[in-house]
Amino acid sequence: MKEPFIRWNWISGHLGEIGARTVQHLELTGIAVGVGFVIAMSLSILALRRRWTYSPITWFTGILYTIPSIALFALLVPITGLTILTAEIGLVSYTLLILIRNIVAGIDGVPAATRDAAVAMGYRPWRMFFEIELPLATPVIIAGLRIATVTTVGLVTLTALIGQGGYGYFINDGLRRFFNTPLFVGAALSVALAVALDVALVLVERALTPWRR
Amino acid sequence: MFRTPGSYDPYMSDPAIRLEQVTKVFPGGDGAAVNDLTLEMPSGQLTILVGPSGCGKTTTLRMINRLIEPTSGRIIVDGRDVASVEAHELRRGIGYVIQQVGLFGHRTVGDNIATVPRLLGWDDARIDARIDELMQLVSLDPGLVNRYPGELSGGQQQRVGVARALAADPPVLLMDEPFGAVDPIVRERLQDELVALQSRLHKTIVFVTHDVDEAIKLGDRVVLMNIGGVVEQAAPPAELLARPASDFVKQFIGARRGLRRLSLIKVTDVDLEQREGSALRLSPHDTLLDALDAMLRDHVNEADVHDDGRYIGTLTMERISSEVR
Amino acid sequence: MAAIVHWFTTAAHWHGPDGVPMRVLEHLELSGLAMVAATAAAIPAGILLGHTRRGGLFAISVVNIGRAIPSFAIVAVALPVSISLGLGLGFWPTFLAVFLLAVPPMFTNAYTAIGGVDPQIVDAARGMGLRERELLVGVELPLGAPVIMAAVRVAAVQVVATVPLAALVGWGGLGRFIIDGLAQYDMAQVFAGALLVAALAILTEVGFGLLEHVVLPPGVRRLSRAEAASTVV
Repeated sequence: MKEPFIRWNWISGHLGEIGARTVQHLELTGIAVGVGFVIAMSLSILALRRRWTYSPITWFTGILYTIPSIALFALLVPITGLTILTAEIGLVSYTLLILIRNIVAGIDGVPAATRDAAVAMGYRPWRMFFEIELPLATPVIIAGLRIATVTTVGLVTLTALIGQGGYGYFINDGLRRFFNTPLFVGAALSVALAVALDVALVLVERALTPWRR
Repeated sequence: MFRTPGSYDPYMSDPAIRLEQVTKVFPGGDGAAVNDLTLEMPSGQLTILVGPSGCGKTTTLRMINRLIEPTSGRIIVDGRDVASVEAHELRRGIGYVIQQVGLFGHRTVGDNIATVPRLLGWDDARIDARIDELMQLVSLDPGLVNRYPGELSGGQQQRVGVARALAADPPVLLMDEPFGAVDPIVRERLQDELVALQSRLHKTIVFVTHDVDEAIKLGDRVVLMNIGGVVEQAAPPAELLARPASDFVKQFIGARRGLRRLSLIKVTDVDLEQREGSALRLSPHDTLLDALDAMLRDHVNEADVHDDGRYIGTLTMERISSEVR
Repeated sequence: MAAIVHWFTTAAHWHGPDGVPMRVLEHLELSGLAMVAATAAAIPAGILLGHTRRGGLFAISVVNIGRAIPSFAIVAVALPVSISLGLGLGFWPTFLAVFLLAVPPMFTNAYTAIGGVDPQIVDAARGMGLRERELLVGVELPLGAPVIMAAVRVAAVQVVATVPLAALVGWGGLGRFIIDGLAQYDMAQVFAGALLVAALAILTEVGFGLLEHVVLPPGVRRLSRAEAASTVV
C-alpha cells in the first residue's frame, strides 16, 4: 500500500506537540533576530561614526554569511555542544550582514538637507540619531528585519539536526522514518510561519510610520 | 545664545555680525574658498551675499553658525566670538533656512516648528501659543498644523521652514537661497512676504542668492562677492545700480541699470505735484518703473496717484527722469 | 584539534568513493548543474522583464516568497516525490532545492539591475534612435552587469553552501562528512567536512570574483563585497 501524502489523524493526534514546536520555533527565531539586531545596531553605529570600519565589518559578517549553515552548526557542536547556544550562535551570525547593511543604508538614506537643518538647529549627534535619523530610516531597517526574520525561520528548521528543531523536528522525523505526514506538516508550517511574521513586520512598519500614508 | 532666546531687545548691544580676516581653505581644494574676508552686517537689516558660483557666499554663511569652521580669522556675533560659544548652543540662537528646506518628514508641521523650543525646554503651553503665532506670521492655514510635510506644496513647505527658523525668536537669521526651488510666481510671493515680515520683526538677516534681481529687490545692503570670497562692492542696492564699483559689478548686475533703479522707488517716495486731472491712474504701491511704463503706453506725461479712490498727488515724467540722475 | 589534523593527513581519506576528491567532485557536479539551470531560467527572464519595466511587484514578490521556503523543507518534501517518480534518492530533491534557492534572487536582481538603469540614460539612448535590442544589449546590459554578476556570485555561494543537505537524503557531496561524522560521533570528521565546505564556499566567492574581472566590460566596475551587500536583494 502506498503511503498517502497526509494522514490527517496524525495531525489531530499531535496538536500538542505541534503547539510546543511552534513555541520553540518562535523562541529560536525571536532570540536570533533580537540578539542579531542589537549586535547589528551596535556595529552599524560604529560603522556610521567611523566610516573606515564599514568595509572590515561587512567583510567579516560576509564571511560568516558565506559559511554554510550546516557547516557552521557542525563546527560549533564540538565547542558548545548540542545546545540552544550553538543554534543561536549560528542563527545570529546569519542575520548580521543583512541587518547591518540595511541599518547603514537606512541612515545614509536620510536626506542631506534634513540632516543639515537638524545640525544647524543645534541638535547634538546622539539626540539627532534617535529623534531624526532612526525614525526616518525605519522603513529600510524593517525591510532588513523582514529578510533576516524570514531567513532565520528557514534556518531554524536545520537546527533539528543539532538537537533543537522547531518545525524542523517534524521534517527530520518524517525524513528518518519515511513518514510523509510530519514532513509535509513541518514544511508547510515553516512556510506559514515565515509568511505570518513577514506580514506582522509589515504591519509594525505601517504603525511606526504614520507619515507615509 | 548670548541672551535669552525668545526676547528681542532692541536696546541691547548691537547684534551686528562681524567677520574679521576670515579665511577658509578646504583640504584638497584649489586655493582658498574664502580669502581674508572682512565684512560687517548691520543689525536689524537684511544683508545679501550675492555672486557667481564658487565665490564663497554659502561658505561664508555657514561659518557664521559654525557648520563650517574657519581656517583662520574671527567671527563676532552680538559682541562675542562664535568660537568661544559651544557650537550647539550657538546654533539654537541662530535661525537657518535652506533651499531644500530640510523639514523633518516624520514630524507634523507643528512639531517641526516646535523643534528648537523643545530643544530649549519650553513648556507645552508656550510652544503651542508660539506655533499659532508663527503660522499666522508666515500666512499658513492653521488647519495644516497636524499635516505632514509630504502633504504640502513647495511654497507651503518653505513657509514652514521659515516659521521653524523663527520659532525661538533668534536675533539672527541665515538664509541660503531659500526661494530657489519654487516656481517664479511662488517665489515672488515669498519674497514679498519676507519683506513684510522683516518690516515687522527687524531681524538681522544674512541672505545668500545667486540671483542679482532678488538681491536688489530684498536687500537693505548688497555684498557682491567674487571668486575667493573677495568683496567687489558692499552697498545699498540703489547705489550698486547707480555707481557700480568695477566692470565685474557692472557685468554681474546686467543691463538696464537705469530702469532697474526706477523699480526700487515707489511713486509715493518722491515729491508729487498737486494738480489733479490726468486720465492715467497709479496706486501707491506702483514703482517709478511701473509709472514710466504706463505713461509711455498711454502717451501721456503725467499720472495721478490714488489711494483707494483718494487723490494723493500727480507724478510727472520730469520727476521720474530727475530721479535717475 | 590534533584529531582534525590527523584526519586530514590520513591517506585513506583521500582515496576512493568516500574520499575527499570524490566528494568535492560530487559537490561541484550538483552545484554546477543547478547553477547552470538556475542561471538559464532566471537571468534572461529577469533581464527581459526588467527591460519592459513592468511587473515590479511580481519581481519583488518572487524573491520574498522564495526566501520564505526553507531549502531543508524542499529537500525533505521532494524526496518522497522523487522516489515515487522513480528518480532515486538524494540527487534530484537537492537539485530542486538549490535550483529554487538560486532562481528568485538572480531573477529579481537581474530585473532591478536592468530596470534600474538611470531612466535619463535610457531616454537619451532612445532619443538617439537606438532600437530596443540595441538599447538592451548596448546600454542596459553593460550598465546592469555588475549587479547581475554580483547576484550570480552570491547565488553560487549559497548553492555550494546548501548542497550539503544532499547528505541528509542519501546522496553524496561534502555534506556526507558532516552527516556521517555526526552519526558516528566522529567529531574530527564533522569538523573536517565543515571546514571543507566552508573552504569551497569561499573559493567559489573568490572564483566568481575573478570571473567578474574577466567578463565585465572595462569602465564598469565589479562590486566589492560591501557594495554587493548593499545592492543585491
